[in-house]
Amino acid sequence: MLDDVAIRIRQNVGIVTAVLLFSILYLLYNLAHPKGFSSAVLVQNGDEIFALAMLAMAQTVPVLASGLDLSVGAVMTMVGCFASYLLAGAAGGAPLHLDIFGLHVGLGTFPGGLSGILLGIVICLATGALAGFVNGCVVVYGRIQPIIATLATGAVYIGIALFLRPTPGGKIDEDLNWALTNSLGDFASTVHIFDDGAASWFAPVAWIPVPFVLLILIALLVWVPFRRSVLGRTVYAVGSAEGAAYMSGLPIERAKIAAFTLAGFFAGCGGLFLAIQTSSGNADIPQAGAYTLNSIASVVIGGTSLLGGTGSAIGSIFGAMVLRVISFFFRIFDIAPLLQPLFEGLILLGAVSIGALGVLRVKNTLELFR
Amino acid sequence: MSSASLSLSRDDRPILIAALFILVILVAGTVYTFARFGSAPLLSPTYLLQQLQIGAFLGIVAAGMMMVILIAQIDLSVPWTLAAAAMMATSIGGPLAIPVGLGVGLLVGLVNGIGIAYLRVPSMIFTLGVNAVMRGLMVAHTGGYAPQTGATDLMRMLAGDRTLGIPNAVFVWIAMSVLVTIILQRTTLGRYVYAIGNKEAAAYLAGVDTRRITVICFVLCGLAAALAGVLLAGYSTKAYQGMGDAYLLPSIAAVVIGGTNILGGRGRYLGTLIGVVLIVLLNSVLSIMDMPEAGRQVIYGLVIIFMLLVYGRGERVTS
Repeated sequence: MLDDVAIRIRQNVGIVTAVLLFSILYLLYNLAHPKGFSSAVLVQNGDEIFALAMLAMAQTVPVLASGLDLSVGAVMTMVGCFASYLLAGAAGGAPLHLDIFGLHVGLGTFPGGLSGILLGIVICLATGALAGFVNGCVVVYGRIQPIIATLATGAVYIGIALFLRPTPGGKIDEDLNWALTNSLGDFASTVHIFDDGAASWFAPVAWIPVPFVLLILIALLVWVPFRRSVLGRTVYAVGSAEGAAYMSGLPIERAKIAAFTLAGFFAGCGGLFLAIQTSSGNADIPQAGAYTLNSIASVVIGGTSLLGGTGSAIGSIFGAMVLRVISFFFRIFDIAPLLQPLFEGLILLGAVSIGALGVLRVKNTLELFR
Repeated sequence: MSSASLSLSRDDRPILIAALFILVILVAGTVYTFARFGSAPLLSPTYLLQQLQIGAFLGIVAAGMMMVILIAQIDLSVPWTLAAAAMMATSIGGPLAIPVGLGVGLLVGLVNGIGIAYLRVPSMIFTLGVNAVMRGLMVAHTGGYAPQTGATDLMRMLAGDRTLGIPNAVFVWIAMSVLVTIILQRTTLGRYVYAIGNKEAAAYLAGVDTRRITVICFVLCGLAAALAGVLLAGYSTKAYQGMGDAYLLPSIAAVVIGGTNILGGRGRYLGTLIGVVLIVLLNSVLSIMDMPEAGRQVIYGLVIIFMLLVYGRGERVTS
């Protein structure tokens, strides 16, 4: 029994390290914070973590299949721009129109109210998944290397985002913003369930931030079933030995397309939340780039090998949280804002270098060149 | 006719197609300007020379980037290596400006190379971290503002002035190109670079000190980025925040459009040269057409995909 646990830990040493690192850092953070261990702090952190955690999950799936998706930040931005049109939630609905090449095309009225918001959310998530599906098709049927294919499609998605929102703007329903970026209690009182969140059985969980609940739900309802499916296992197989996976008759093409589609879906979730949180759509190119690069860093910190085949999206969530907690520390310890980028870089370099010290123990040099 | 196209080697085909595409861009742009303004500025030597001058900075960065892509690595630290070299060169000033700027590039390349070759950290993540550190150092150094110091006369002369009507920056680009071509085609270093890109383990077993070669490639890439930074500071008379951000993805795109395999081991320098010219011309034709940024990004992405669909397709996995 104990041996079993030891083996499991050894197999998942990357994830375990990330979880431990996050736990220690977050404990220290809360101890140092004047309002530590309170729901308010937790809610604020949850809002700041969610988008990056989703992008980290998005990045993980193609990386597991030894691809890389440089378009996750672009998909996030594009979906956010769509959301800023579709989630306005005005009672009478919002008129949509398209200005293209000097033509003004009316697209009718998008429904308002709750049904409109739900429809908008579904359209936004479907847009993200569609973008990912296109990535997958370009990679599989175009047979173009993922890193360069997604670099190109990312430019296209950013272009669409810029077309939708040349300047930041748009509007998101206030209730939606309030319900999703606060604690479960606020969510219940906004959507009027459980006696507006006052039910006595509800009180013990009312402090939990909604973003964390969403994160856990998405992980449990999307990632875990995918990982256990044939397609999910094929993604791992493709990452460790594509030729062997092919010879075993696994559906490698479908698995790759599924991996990129899922990445697009996760990135879409991140973009949707970011738009809801900021109540606007913004085609911010540097922000998209920063999110893409941070998603790669999160994946690595979360114990997934960039060579593919080993790791998990759950680990990447913790990787993203580690990255974010480090920046929380700057606020607590009052480090000069000018020095923050330097510390971020040094910590990232230090973490990957310490993780790499294992190479000094390798006896057969040939093993290095995998 | 078909035998002529068949006899083209695998490495030459992309170069030819990319060159043809440059002609297509020029013709399409000229038709547009002729129809709209009744003139053909795209074909005037002044205009083309000016495009080459702008292209020189990207060309120098891409030459360095190609060295690391050929050994199946990538260097994401280019943006802030470029900016840091420019900022250090302008703040030191005097005769030491250019050596100090290049020294920054050499140092960054050395750190990158050691981390990637000896610690075996994936280049994607290590150079990302180095980029963040360089950005942090420069933000701390400049206080987050554009530095007040200006470029030295020598930097301005190298980047902005002309000799015999040709911009000096183009001469620097040509010198860089000759150097890289000689390294890749005429030296053992070049042989080793291609060998490592194809299979590092095999190169190692054949007696190549693959780790030393990897360090050399990253040093060359860092030096190239620093040189571009020093020149760019000379061209715009000063250094500024984020001056390198516009060079990372285009340089990778230029190398790949030129037919170099992103997985390393294959590709000719001439292709990279053509790739740079293609990207610079595409950008300038789109700006002549008053294309908004949104359309530019879409076209830019579609062109990369289109070019790779024509000649950059990988092989089907069959075993």
